[in-house]
Amino acid sequence: MSTQETHDHGHGDGHAHEPQSFLSKYIFPLDHKMIAMQYLFTGMAMALIGGFTVYVFRMQLAFPGAHVPGFGMVSPDRYNMLVTSHGTIMIFWVAMPVLIAALGNYLIPLMIGADDMVFPRINRLSYQIFLLSALVLISSFFVTGGAFGGAWTAYPPLSARGDYNATGLGSSLWLVAVALEFVAFLLGGINFITTAMNARAPGMKLTDIPMVVWMIVLASIMFMASVGPLVAGAIMLLFDQQLGTAFFDPNRGGDPVLWQHLFWFFGHPEVYVVLLPAMGIVAEVITTFARKKLFAYKTVLYTAAATGIIGFFVWAHHQFIAGIDPRMASLFTITTLIISVPVAEMLFVYIATLYGGSIRLTTPMLWALAFIAEFLLGGVTGIFLGAAGSDIYFHDTYFVVAHFHYTFFPIAFIATFAAITYWFPKMFGRMMDERLGKIHFWITIIAFNFIFIPLFLTGAAGDHRRIYNYQHFPEQWTPTLQNLRILATYALLVMIAAQVIFFVNFFKSLKSGPKAEKNPWKANTLEWVAPSPPPHGNFEEMPTVYRGPYEYGHPDRELDYWPQNEPA
Amino acid sequence: MTTVTSTSAVRPEPRPKKKIAHSGVIGMLVFVLTEIMFFAGLISAVTITRSTALMNIWPPPGQPRLPVEETLINTAALLLSGVLLGVAHFRFKKSPELVKAPLIAAMLLGAAFVGLQGAEWVALLAQGLTPQSSAHGAFFYLIVGIHGLHALAAIGGLAYVLRRAQQGRLIASELHTAEIFWYFVVLLWPVIYGRLYF
Repeated sequence: MSTQETHDHGHGDGHAHEPQSFLSKYIFPLDHKMIAMQYLFTGMAMALIGGFTVYVFRMQLAFPGAHVPGFGMVSPDRYNMLVTSHGTIMIFWVAMPVLIAALGNYLIPLMIGADDMVFPRINRLSYQIFLLSALVLISSFFVTGGAFGGAWTAYPPLSARGDYNATGLGSSLWLVAVALEFVAFLLGGINFITTAMNARAPGMKLTDIPMVVWMIVLASIMFMASVGPLVAGAIMLLFDQQLGTAFFDPNRGGDPVLWQHLFWFFGHPEVYVVLLPAMGIVAEVITTFARKKLFAYKTVLYTAAATGIIGFFVWAHHQFIAGIDPRMASLFTITTLIISVPVAEMLFVYIATLYGGSIRLTTPMLWALAFIAEFLLGGVTGIFLGAAGSDIYFHDTYFVVAHFHYTFFPIAFIATFAAITYWFPKMFGRMMDERLGKIHFWITIIAFNFIFIPLFLTGAAGDHRRIYNYQHFPEQWTPTLQNLRILATYALLVMIAAQVIFFVNFFKSLKSGPKAEKNPWKANTLEWVAPSPPPHGNFEEMPTVYRGPYEYGHPDRELDYWPQNEPA
Repeated sequence: MTTVTSTSAVRPEPRPKKKIAHSGVIGMLVFVLTEIMFFAGLISAVTITRSTALMNIWPPPGQPRLPVEETLINTAALLLSGVLLGVAHFRFKKSPELVKAPLIAAMLLGAAFVGLQGAEWVALLAQGLTPQSSAHGAFFYLIVGIHGLHALAAIGGLAYVLRRAQQGRLIASELHTAEIFWYFVVLLWPVIYGRLYF
């Protein structure tokens, strides 16, 4: 509480320019930018683990029973662990920390003109708990029985008892890790919401807040409102595993479908929790590189809020075949189809923003445009899964897997690459290499489509997603389908290899890229007023805001941009 | 600038922003929102499980009924403690010194609530209601236990406020932040009591 006092009383108190020891600067920082870097680099490291797991199980699907280089033979239980770990890590330890925690921490104070978060110590605690959760998850790989193998949705009764899933300790560690991770984001979310409400620069009205900040705040509110029931369910499941209670055991008066409700009440809003920040990033990038005002700022804001609200009423579309009442299935079909309206509206607004702009195809802009195109495909294929009639056929096939990845890959990777390439000059004070960036972009995007278009086809042909070896299913073991599986695996290998280009570009630019000036993209928002990289305390002189964030190409001005902090 | 176009409308010179509420208060309100959803998850879980109970018999056969009447004393103690904290809130406006007495009384009543709940647990365990014996027992110990942990944490918060008051350094925002959490714990209890005991 004492920290919040010192920070609340505003800008420019004594802490801003004190020299710091290595430990207090890099290991236990209070600076929001350094905490953001901790989240970013932890997320990147976890992405490598998540990428390795997918490499191993895709190799098994393409070449069943073969020796996988770097791993060995894939047994059925190992296969389950790899698939579960891939889903869990990519959603909870890559998408969430990078999109919400890293970018939220980095951007919110800079873009609203504050010197730090309002609760810096809570912020530091948030990362420490997050790191602990990652360590707990990784440690579960090394316990007896291995890591949890009951899929990232952890449906009971399989997940509820060690003698069913054969990974008794691993499944409990999985639950503890997920619960700790939620506590970390809870602390982060409290910070984001409070900071955006209370620490804005003088003059910044609600409609002057850059869209990405709005989106992260709305996503945090959604996260806070949806995570409670899942934590409740996680505690109940942990009790079932370790204390022998029977919350989800139908033999002893429990209800396994109850878990599905608690899980998806969080799980579906979670999709929008990560979607909204990605949408915000794209808004920043396309306005800067189309040199145009965001078309209909308020519409984007209202559609985002509408998405956030409707997102709480769609969860049971994951359970159409779980034995829910068909009348309820109709209701959830309707709400699910309705939610595509605000999301589609956002995409239309972005296309309208591009229309007539003087577009500059820089690397971040390419990523942002790719996001719009690829996410659109993900959204359109979701219609088939949201409608109960077609979902009964498509449920748990590779069609679902492909649809899901057409939404999550654009969110967690395409938008993140847009963000990293766009804000890299601000984060590290150097420019990234455009040529390497574009090579990386094209290989990744083309390979991505070659992974998942084949999976739409195998899914529509009936491939079930939880099968370890298709040789055991003669009707699915046809040359056509197997060739599609092999194509997807080869494309994955290409895509993983392309990430080497990204890492080379990232670390080479970090060391020896050309120095970035304060505002290399000629953008309007406040983070570009601060030095690159911003010092502890962010701004040389605390900014004051005179206008909205997207005043590009104003007819009265010679320059085609008009920073928010420049007096009229 | 005489002509006002849509985008360059002249604004008054920016002034330092007025805060809606103190940061601690906003942060605590957001946290309480999460907590409300957490307990909503638990309470809807018990509601769903009860609605699908075999032959609609609840508590399940062979399981003891929960002590509705005795728990009224606990409930009264907790509600009174909330009222006393309200008294502390208004006395703080007169002088920060005056909060100590009602604050200590509120903490003692809160501690009495937790203690009485503990005694009730011991009695029920002796009667054969355990977390493993039925879904009824499992939900009872889970929800009441988690509420009890919240009560202990909230008493800790009040103890911090009391220490600050004794040092003469208590400020309004600290008192209000702790108050919000205690009111949440107090007002949640009648809901749990109504859902679990009847």
